[in-house]
Parts: sequence; structure tokens; C-alpha cells
Amino acid sequence: MNTEEQRTFEELIYSYVGKQVCPRTAAKDAVNEAMIRHWAEAIGDRNPAYTDPEWAAQSSRGKTIAPPAMMYSWGQEGFPVVAQGRTPDAQSELVEKFNENGFFGTLGTNVKQEYFKEVSPGDTVYMEMVVDNISEQKATARGIGYFFETLATFSDQHGDEIGTQRFRVLKFIPPAEQAAATESADSALEVPTRIASPRGHDNKWWWDACDEGKVLIQRCRDCQTLRHPPRPMCGECQSMQWDSIESALAGEVLSFTELHHPKIPGYQYPLICAVIKLGEGTNLVANVVGCEPEAVHIGMPVQGKVEQVDEKTMLPQFYPA
Amino acid sequence: MPISLKDEAAIAGIGLTEFSKNSGRSELQLAAECIKAACDDAGISPSEIDGLVSYTLDSTDEIEVARAVGANDLTMFSRINYGGGAAVGTIHQATMAIATGQASTVVCWRAMNGRSGKRMGQGVSGDITSSDLVHWSWYTPYGMLIPGSWIAMIANKYMHNYGVTREDLGLVAISQRNYALNNPRAYGYGKPLSMDEYMASKMIAEPLCLYDFCQETDGGCAILITSAERARDLKQKPAMIRGVCQASTRGQEQMTSYYRSELTSLPEMELAAKLVYEQAGLGPHDIDAACLYDAFTSEIIMQLESFGFCKEGEGVELVREGGLDIDGRLPNNTHGGLISEAYIHGMNNIAEGVRLVRGESTGQPDKNVEHVLVSSGVGVPTGALILGKD
Repeated sequence: MNTEEQRTFEELIYSYVGKQVCPRTAAKDAVNEAMIRHWAEAIGDRNPAYTDPEWAAQSSRGKTIAPPAMMYSWGQEGFPVVAQGRTPDAQSELVEKFNENGFFGTLGTNVKQEYFKEVSPGDTVYMEMVVDNISEQKATARGIGYFFETLATFSDQHGDEIGTQRFRVLKFIPPAEQAAATESADSALEVPTRIASPRGHDNKWWWDACDEGKVLIQRCRDCQTLRHPPRPMCGECQSMQWDSIESALAGEVLSFTELHHPKIPGYQYPLICAVIKLGEGTNLVANVVGCEPEAVHIGMPVQGKVEQVDEKTMLPQFYPA
Repeated sequence: MPISLKDEAAIAGIGLTEFSKNSGRSELQLAAECIKAACDDAGISPSEIDGLVSYTLDSTDEIEVARAVGANDLTMFSRINYGGGAAVGTIHQATMAIATGQASTVVCWRAMNGRSGKRMGQGVSGDITSSDLVHWSWYTPYGMLIPGSWIAMIANKYMHNYGVTREDLGLVAISQRNYALNNPRAYGYGKPLSMDEYMASKMIAEPLCLYDFCQETDGGCAILITSAERARDLKQKPAMIRGVCQASTRGQEQMTSYYRSELTSLPEMELAAKLVYEQAGLGPHDIDAACLYDAFTSEIIMQLESFGFCKEGEGVELVREGGLDIDGRLPNNTHGGLISEAYIHGMNNIAEGVRLVRGESTGQPDKNVEHVLVSSGVGVPTGALILGKD
């Protein structure tokens, strides 16, 4: 698919965003105890609020309720879908468009439900569904593809919303087909990202500065001692007053290791980690890039800059100086 | 008046489960089995246990263990942090408790499904918030997520400074494998390792390859400690605790002390050496054999220097002349160690120290073994132990 073809294809698929998959439709059966029991048994959920009328009568609700997670099951088609096939709708048409263009692979990636109101035996569940959104083209571990998400909205016979369900599906070109579908892979890559640092009281400021392209070194405001990694108190004079200076990121490799195995998703290999002795005097662990791994050596002068290393991560990276 | 710990307490029993890659049972069961075995070894009933010590990393609570084995009242229970750095620390706690009358029969144990369950070697990842884990996050974004990567940084600098080669690390791995060949408990039992195989093995974190790494093991190991006086009346010859200590030094990090002036020595191990020798009234020349903590081969060479068996930078010479082998100056990890017997976080190295003093190791040197040195984890807050014949 060349750029032009991709644009045409994307125009076509994006036209499905907002289309109705099904109008508000009542489930074939009202909420009932038998279905609830089957479901609870299958899941292994023994909550008496679902299946024990005597217990439920004493509870704050006064009656049994359906497990909220059953919401979607009330409107499910049964055997007829298997036997006769599904009536075409906007979702099946969209899937067909993907398949026609080589995106045969299908992977349900996640389901997210939200619950607003409970239903009990005798209530009727209505469902309405739309194609809610379609992503840009992504390069996933499975292959190049698009995520699309349907949004189902559930309501009861009074028209009150009882919950919503978002279902996210990845349509992708399976690897065997990947080679045939040329180009277009380079744009908007979404691959796993590096494991980020949590940001707490003692380190958030450092990473926030890193996001803005700066490596800071904490400095005691009383005795001026530099320290890294950051900590709340000066080990020299016990002062808790501190500020920071910005590192010029000139330094040398004190030691390093090339990481071979295991290869962690989100990290690019070859991967070199080094302890860098910065000109300011403190040490910093970071990556060495911009040369063959064999060229890295202890004592090597390096110059760092803060760079975006993946979609989410800014990190200091050091180059041969 | 400070209480000296020298010769106050002794190891009267050791107990182990089998070592495997999949124990098929709970860590609690492994704990109960090895503790019972330690009691049997000493010839006492588990009901006599009144103190329990383990690692913070151990998943089993003391009271679970106590109920399982049928211990009665506990008057002392404690946990030591820092992974394998806890090994000798548990013995330190037990010895202090016995010397000060806080308990009379203390069991230190470590039981883990270290291969089929939580694998230490997988390092750290995911959402982390504690101060300890904020610490790891100075390394994770760059790709250093596993223990081997943290140690490789130190190993590389050390090797660069002192001309240590991969073959030298291979000599350590092979020396320990040779011991394991004769040890039926060991992963390496009957599985020789050649230098060619070593050199051809997969690189993990340069300069460390597969065979520089310890095992990942399911198993349990318990050490029973009581007063020296009582130990003499029990079934086994006591392994006297001549000295035992914990040590952490200024600027210490867990595995990543990269901010001290040099990366070519182990200051915490040097402190442990100083303390344990002082306490025991002994020096390196008095040590006949050792079980030096060996999560990685490079750690052995560095510790030879920390404990004064040679000068700084000369550890590798001791290795090259076969000093760690059964007829060498310092037979080391005569069971195969964490590298070739099993990785029970260092507890199994303490058990081997006891066997050496008793004269019961499958790798027992011909010479008289009067004193054995055992160390805890390297690159972390650690400790050292000297066991001696009564």
C-alpha cells in the first residue's frame, strides 16, 4: 500500500467512526434467574446477591440482582448466528474492509465496562452500539494494524442507562502478509515503551526536568555538595535545603555493560548502559549511543543530550565526544 | 560491657530439601521440611525452637512456619533485607539472640520456589513506588533490569583495571562445577563444564555470560543455632561460630553502588572482613576453606581481595594457580556454590560451611579444615561468618 492508497483506505475506514452498529434493541429475554445462575456457576461467582433470593430479601437491595458483568450477555445472539450467519451491520462491513486490504488478523485487545445501575429479574436490558473510534496506523508486536473500538450503551425498560462497554479490536496484517504490504510501516509507530520511573517526592523534579531536556544535579544549599541520585537530606551536613544545577553532560565512561539477553520489549538493541562520570563530579547511569558497541570503552569521553527515545520517554543519551 | 559473640553459639543442625527447578509444593512446605530436617540433624524436636529468622524476601511468615512444624512459644523472630545479603545476617541475629539470652534454639531458613515461582533473576519492572524501588528506577529506563546487568557494570571496571579475562571467570565457574560433579544435591552433579562450553555460551550482560550466573532453584535450607554449651551435647559435632557480622558502608546502594570513588573493590565486604576477623581473633591465613557468595563468578575474585587472601588486583592469580580447587590454598564452594549446586540465596553456602567443619563435604579437602569463611551477598549490604571446629 503506497501513501496514496493508504490515504484512500484510511478515508474509507474512518468514515465508519460514529456509525451505528445496532439501534437500541431489547434483549430477547428479560433478566431471569436461570440465566443468572448459569452465568454465576460458569464464572464461579458465589455471591448470594445474585442467586440467593432469601439472602437477598434481607439485604439492602431487598431482591437479587444480575451480575453487572452480564450486561452484554443479555443481548447476545445465540445459535442462529452460528447457523445462519450474522446480519451485516456497520461493524461487520468495517471488518470486511480491513480484510479486503490485507488486515486479516483479528485480536480482541481489551474490554472495559462501566456500571451505573443494577438490574434484577424481570427487568429488560436494551443495547445500542456504535463504532466509536479507529486509531492511526500502528506498528504493533503482532504486525501493522489499526485499533477500532465499539461502544455499547445499555439501558433498562425505563430508559435509564445501566452501563457501557468499550470493546477494542486490533485488525492487523499477519507477519506472513507483512512483506507484501510495502511501505507505510514507518509512520506512527507504537511499540512498547521503556519502563518509566515512578515519580515521588524525592525524584519527580528530576524526571520533570528530564522531560524538558535537562539533566539536573541536586546541590545542598548549605554546604554546596552535589549529590545524585537525589535524596531529601544532605549526607554531609544534614541540610534539607537544596537546589540544583544543570549538567553540561560532558563526561567519560567509568564503566559500561552491553546488554544481550533477555531483550526487553520497548528497548532497542544493541543496548549499552554506562556509568558516566560527569564533568560536574557526580556519576550518572545512562545509555551510550551513536557508535558501534565495540567502540565503547572505559575512559571514553562522551557528550550527552536529553533525547526522546520512544513515544513516552525522554532520557539522557551519551555520544562519543 | 559489650558482649563478644565469639564462641557463644554454634550451628548444631543443617537441613535441606532436594533442589530442583520445580518443587511441586508450597514454599511453606519447603520451609517446614528443611526446618524439620535441621532439627533431626541436631537430634532435637521442633517444639524446642523458640526463635526464627529469615529473609524479608521469604514469602512465608514465621508463625506459619512455627505452626507447621509444631514450634511452641517464640521469643525472637526477625527478618533481614537485601536478598542474598541476608544470608549470614540471619546467623548474626540468631547468635546475638543466643548470646544475650533472648532465645535458646533459633532456626534460620530460606525456602523458595526460585525457579517455578518468583524468579529473582527477572529483576524489577512495572509500577513501583517505594523508596527501594525508586532506587531501581534510576537504572530501569536505560535497560538495566536484571541482577546480572547491575553486577556487570562493576565486573567490567574491575576486569579492565586488573587485566582479568573471560577465561579467568571461566576458571571460577569450572572450579565450582568440578566440585558439583560429586555432589548429588547439585544442579551440576555429573555434568562437567569445559572452557570451550563456557566461552561459547550465551552472553547475557557483557562481560558476563550464562555460566557466570548462579542457578535459579526451588528448595529450602535451614540452619539450627543454639548455645555452644548445648551444641556439645547434641548429635553432631558443633560448628562453632567464631565470628559473625553484618556490614554496609557509606554510599551503599543495593547492587548499584556506582557513585563511590572507584568501582573496583567491595567496601562493604572489606568492612565485613575487618569485623569478622577481629571478632574471631583470626586472619586470612587461619582460613582453610571458604564459601564465598557467588551469584556471579566475578564476585569470587573480588572477594579474595576483600578478605585479604591476596593483595588488591591479585585475586585472579590465586584463581589461575588453582587456589580455589580442592587441593588449592582456599578450596571454595566445595558443594558447587550458588553457581553449580543451587541458588538458595546463600543459605546453602552456610550449610556447606558446616559440612566442611564437620569433615562431611562431598568436596572435602584432604587437609585439616579448622576454619571456614562464609560470606553473604555481594554488592549489597552483606556480612561474613567464620565457622570453626570445637
